[in-house]
Amino acid sequence: MNHPRLMTLLLATLVSPVGASAEVDFSREILPVLSDNCFQCHGPDPKSRKGELRLDDEADAKRDRGGHAVVVAGKSGESELIKRLLTHDPDDLMPPPELGKKIPADVIVRIRRWIDEGAQWGVHWALTPIERPDLAVAAGHPIDGYISTRLVKEGLAPQPRASRETLIRRLHQDLTGLPPTPAEVDGFLADKRPDAWRRLVRRVMGKAAFGERMAWDWLDASRYADSNGYQGDMERTMWPWRDWVVKAFNENLPWDQFTIWQLAGDLLPNATFEQRLATGFNRNHMINGEGGRIAEENRVDYVMDMTETMGTIWLGLTFNCSRCHDHKFDPIKQRDYYSLSAFFNQTPVSGAGRSPQTAPVLKAPTPKEKQAMAGLNAKIAELNKRSADQVRKLAKAQAQWEKEFLAHNDKPASWEVLNPLTARATVQSLAIQQDSSVLVSGKKADNDTYTVVAKAGGKRVTGFRLEALKHKSLFQGSTSRSGSGNFVLTGFEVRVGDAKGETLKFASAKATFEQGGLKVKGAIDADPQTGWAVWDGRVVDREHAAVFGLAEPADLAPDSQLTITLRHDSKHKEHLLGCFRLSLTTDEKPVLTEGSGKLLAALKVPRAKRTKDQADLVATEHRSRDRDYRMIREKIDLAKGRLSKIDKGVARVMVMEDLEKPRETFILSRGIYNKPGGPVTAAVPVSLPAMPPGAPTNRVGLARWLTAKDNPLTARVTVNRFWQMIFGVGIVKTPGDFGVQGEFPKHPELLDWLAAEFVESGWDVKHLLELILTSEAYQRSSTTTPELQERDPANRLLARGARFRMPSWMIRDQALAASGLLNDRIGGAPVNGYQPAGIWEEATFGKKKYVQDAGDKLYRRSLYIFWRRIVGPTMFFDSAARQICEVKTPRTNTPLHALATMNDVTYVEASRALAERIMRETGGDAAAAGRLRRAYRLVLARAPAAAETAVWLKGLARARKQFAADKQAAAEFLQVGESRRDESLDPVEHAAWSAVCLGILNLDEALNKE
Amino acid sequence: MNTLGELRNPAGPAQLGVNRRHFFGRSATGIGVAALSSLLARDGAAAIPDPRTGLPDVPHFAPRAKRVIYLFQNGAPTHTDIFDYKPRQRKMHGQPVPEEYIAGKRFSTMTKDPTGKLMLAPIEPFRQYGQCGAWLSDLMPYTASIADELCFIKSMHTEAVNHAPAISFFLSGAEIPGRPTLGAWLSYGLGIESENLPGFAVMTSISKKSTCGQIFYDFYWGSGFLPSRYQGVKFRGQGDPVLYLANPNGMSRPMRRGILDDIAAVNEMKLRESGDPEISTRIAQYEMAYRMQTSVPELTDLSQEPRSVLDMYGPDVKEQGTFAYNCLMARRLIERGSRYVQLMHAGWDQHNSISTELYNQCRDTDQPSMALVKDLKARGLLDDTLVIWGGEFGRTPFIQGDINNRPRWGRDHHPYAFTVWMAGGGVKPGISYGASDDLGMNAIEDKVHVHDFQATLMHLLGINHEQLTYKFQGRHFRLTDIHGRVVRKILA
Repeated sequence: MNHPRLMTLLLATLVSPVGASAEVDFSREILPVLSDNCFQCHGPDPKSRKGELRLDDEADAKRDRGGHAVVVAGKSGESELIKRLLTHDPDDLMPPPELGKKIPADVIVRIRRWIDEGAQWGVHWALTPIERPDLAVAAGHPIDGYISTRLVKEGLAPQPRASRETLIRRLHQDLTGLPPTPAEVDGFLADKRPDAWRRLVRRVMGKAAFGERMAWDWLDASRYADSNGYQGDMERTMWPWRDWVVKAFNENLPWDQFTIWQLAGDLLPNATFEQRLATGFNRNHMINGEGGRIAEENRVDYVMDMTETMGTIWLGLTFNCSRCHDHKFDPIKQRDYYSLSAFFNQTPVSGAGRSPQTAPVLKAPTPKEKQAMAGLNAKIAELNKRSADQVRKLAKAQAQWEKEFLAHNDKPASWEVLNPLTARATVQSLAIQQDSSVLVSGKKADNDTYTVVAKAGGKRVTGFRLEALKHKSLFQGSTSRSGSGNFVLTGFEVRVGDAKGETLKFASAKATFEQGGLKVKGAIDADPQTGWAVWDGRVVDREHAAVFGLAEPADLAPDSQLTITLRHDSKHKEHLLGCFRLSLTTDEKPVLTEGSGKLLAALKVPRAKRTKDQADLVATEHRSRDRDYRMIREKIDLAKGRLSKIDKGVARVMVMEDLEKPRETFILSRGIYNKPGGPVTAAVPVSLPAMPPGAPTNRVGLARWLTAKDNPLTARVTVNRFWQMIFGVGIVKTPGDFGVQGEFPKHPELLDWLAAEFVESGWDVKHLLELILTSEAYQRSSTTTPELQERDPANRLLARGARFRMPSWMIRDQALAASGLLNDRIGGAPVNGYQPAGIWEEATFGKKKYVQDAGDKLYRRSLYIFWRRIVGPTMFFDSAARQICEVKTPRTNTPLHALATMNDVTYVEASRALAERIMRETGGDAAAAGRLRRAYRLVLARAPAAAETAVWLKGLARARKQFAADKQAAAEFLQVGESRRDESLDPVEHAAWSAVCLGILNLDEALNKE
Repeated sequence: MNTLGELRNPAGPAQLGVNRRHFFGRSATGIGVAALSSLLARDGAAAIPDPRTGLPDVPHFAPRAKRVIYLFQNGAPTHTDIFDYKPRQRKMHGQPVPEEYIAGKRFSTMTKDPTGKLMLAPIEPFRQYGQCGAWLSDLMPYTASIADELCFIKSMHTEAVNHAPAISFFLSGAEIPGRPTLGAWLSYGLGIESENLPGFAVMTSISKKSTCGQIFYDFYWGSGFLPSRYQGVKFRGQGDPVLYLANPNGMSRPMRRGILDDIAAVNEMKLRESGDPEISTRIAQYEMAYRMQTSVPELTDLSQEPRSVLDMYGPDVKEQGTFAYNCLMARRLIERGSRYVQLMHAGWDQHNSISTELYNQCRDTDQPSMALVKDLKARGLLDDTLVIWGGEFGRTPFIQGDINNRPRWGRDHHPYAFTVWMAGGGVKPGISYGASDDLGMNAIEDKVHVHDFQATLMHLLGINHEQLTYKFQGRHFRLTDIHGRVVRKILA
């Protein structure tokens, strides 16, 4: 024994009480040490492995290495491991000195002892099956049985039960995120029944606000936001998914269903709307629309995000470490990572574009929208029926109409089409077509004038015809480029020769159709504003013609040219002819016939012998001339338009769907999207229990596997998060890392007991919460003692109640609720609350303008505040960034937080409203102490102590004096916030009380859960 | 120069009296430290240091620089038009880029395949300046005038080809958001010297008339998995420089003082009853907020700045939200104890505006950058203040756009070679380090990777970049990931 270091160690063993009785626990005491100090080079990742040694593998650690082994069970003296830990030779010493890691002496002693006790290997605790331990140590509550035993062992005395006021506030904060009302406090104080507490727990859990409170943490984990993130940061409409989460918690949807619906609701047989909606969970990831991004790179990012989010939330494992290589500490191989990602790699999303509603999407109309759309659909159905009736009626009259139409229009037409030599417009471009018509294109114009020059010699002309023709290049194939297909022709002029030639005088004008007062005569009168238009209630779908009769026949010399000018100078923008043809006649009396040659030809075919096209043409032409029919169609179009407008506004939630033909998944070298390695198929990590045989290898299979009885992680991880929500720290304080590097559970048996209970209760969340909340551990006073502070500063042993600052969103909700400003409407589109000017603008160079909402939207719960991902709402601090999955939000105190709760409009206005409320709800001026009591009741649920009252009344007097001396200041202070104040209150008094209330809202106790 | 001692109590002795009364006879500093230590000791996390003094073993060795002002040029300035003079680039104007320079390289999707892209000459002539003979473009006359103070690194290269990932890479060592940024690491390791002002301050600006600005994501100054107190505090370009700094309308400072005293009195009662040390943290927190309400306005009050100093920074200096204003504010911040000031100036992303907006950006940044260096030197602060100027990557020496359409000339993202400059704080003045090839296409000589740059920066601050780590998700993370070597040749 000439080894001084070993000597010290052995000495340490003798004096150290650490676990002297029990055997060393591999999972708890050895594995974390090996993981921390050795796995980097001797762990699961073969690429970084050195010396051909795995310390994460029992067989390898114990195998014979030519006469020696790293670990020799029962013989620490022969184990190379111990030699290497103790040697003085820096070349042999482990961990290598240059790594700066040093294993403390007592830990080395523990490793020795473990080897001497037989080097029992084990599995990392979190991967072992959950078995319900026997916690029936003491009578009563199982949690308390466990905790009390532990406290006795630690020699710590628990604190007594907290006061009822403290308890009801604590419970409301935990379950609803809102303070109890004074009536609720009074009711609970008066409830002398032995089970009053349990009743209260159940009642509060039944409130609608319960789902809202529970949703917040889930939204943090699900990286929910109302915009895409990244450049552009377009607004998305995922909020119906958020509302579903609230509903699911309120309806106590069992956690296994909650899981399956969100991960794979779309793949369930006959998936309901809600099941599909729930899958929006996966699509809450950011979308990168930055210019220059490669679509596939984006797509791979999204798949990885979905995979890792699932891994953190359900498995509590840090999968992101395995993107590039095998996990250095946990038994997750790179292959496992990509096999798992294969479940999510099947959506049709390509990664291209930046749409915040990238398909597949699910329309999620609000009840109001649903009702409006149902009404319109019913109306359309009814109109369709009327339309069909009218069609039938018209069919009976068609033969008669055909006869009359033919008689009127089938006249020898002696119209001679003019072949333009040139056709020019002032703004647009005109092109002469083969059939001598002129087509408009090019730059659009509000008004325009067309000039056509054509040869027409040696004739005695009596009139001109202008045909307005349809063309496929025009709006919906109509007669114009305007949004209605309509035009307004305000001038029709014909000159002989060039533009300076003699203008021919017209005496008459007729058109196939005139739109109300927009008569064709307007085109030949002296008024440049009046003109001819053809709108009959919907986009123009017929061709039209107008005939202009000359006052005197014009004798044209041989080879003379005509210059025809078409003017469009009306106030209706873009109402310009799109396609037209000109003709002249020498008939003594120019007649206007309507109907295309095609129609006339069809009409001349006996009905029975018409082709289908001909029959359709005739029927359509007939109907289009019927006023009643047109009116019905018009109403249908109108209703359809309104329907489409509502539909466009309906929230579209991005949801999950799988491609019909599975997409191949590859291991990506170093996680780089375009460096595929070997192919993988969808599978769960090999170190975890396998999926049951026959289970579908899709997301449903995955979700069922997560919630299977033998999954060691889901229940533990979930129970731990709820524990964290209530006590501030989880039983495992690393809720996102249940791997070897995560914390060993502070109360392992309790965690397993709760996990088992949770599963066996049918994944009943409310049952689990009730169990925790009815424990004495939950109900203890949070008052601490120097001893408790010394022995258990973080309160992991729960000898006292949890005391920690509320999340900032809850502080805001408390202020709104206590002051009476709160608008407790549930669900719906997000709102923009108070925010200092220019936050969005500064972050986006003015591209995103913040438009603050008004009225009662300002007072909605924090859950409904619009969350812009690139710059979150400034009213919240220490919150998750909602960019990637977060299961533990920070809790810090910086001066900036104090500035927010003292100076943000929300709090100043809430103070004013709170002041008004206590002034209204309690008596006159003499009742200052009473008002203060009321304010305390509203915010803290308790009554103030005499010393506190003294402080505030003195403060009130001081503020009163200050405001009395500066009434303008009082008026300004009272004007903060958009809600209106009760003008009957004395401004100085109101302002002074508001100042006091602002102080109360900023008390440590107000910011805290007691 | 103001001393930090004076600034701790900017409101003067009268105000101090109020503070004393509030603290029931204890010194303001005393309670702050005790309370904050207790706060950070929660969960028994021994690794989290006293935020004022930082980690006990940091600095690891004597620092050359105590403070950093990073003039980050967001959007990537075009290195061959400004700093990296390549006569051959001019000679080859209009000719296709030689294949051997671009073979196998990845460019942004806007360029996709660079084959056949035409070379674009530097837009303005270059000249040599100072004793050191540094070549600089006519675009940067003021910077040229201090060439002898600057250390140009012309062989920078990076991995990312898009802005957000590349900026994130520069500032946090990882392309994906979520790692602590440089300033957070420094605050964590070295502590936050100032009590009344943030140790890590951020200010942003964008060139006027710019159409090519890139968004400033808050993860550019995030604390990642470090406690959020280490994240940068953004000073705003409009309104209150710090969010919610101003008292509400109608609330005077004496009234605020009174209410804070009332809150503290009641909190003290609660502390006695409950025993929770967090409550003393709360009291300190509110007191610090109150002090910040005076220290920030004092910081932004330029009335005591001499005319000559204001003039040196140029005409925009008094306009909140401009680069010039931010440069002056950076100097005032470090004078008052901030350790790391990160200015971010957007507008350099000239895909089609080399012949237009580049001029604006240079004009907006050139003079104030020079003024800052000269101002620091005049005050004796340059010796231990490191100033850095540079973007997230460079721009292609070849054209993006049509060579015949000069008004729309542009250059695309280019990670393979670019230039940054440093001044003061222990770097050699008046040198150029490293080089790119004769077209400015690839760094070839003494290449400096972003991780090397980060390692060097930390070295100047007395930090061994391999030793400043934080354990998260089981891994000891550091700014330089598993890379980085100190560029010793630029150390003074």
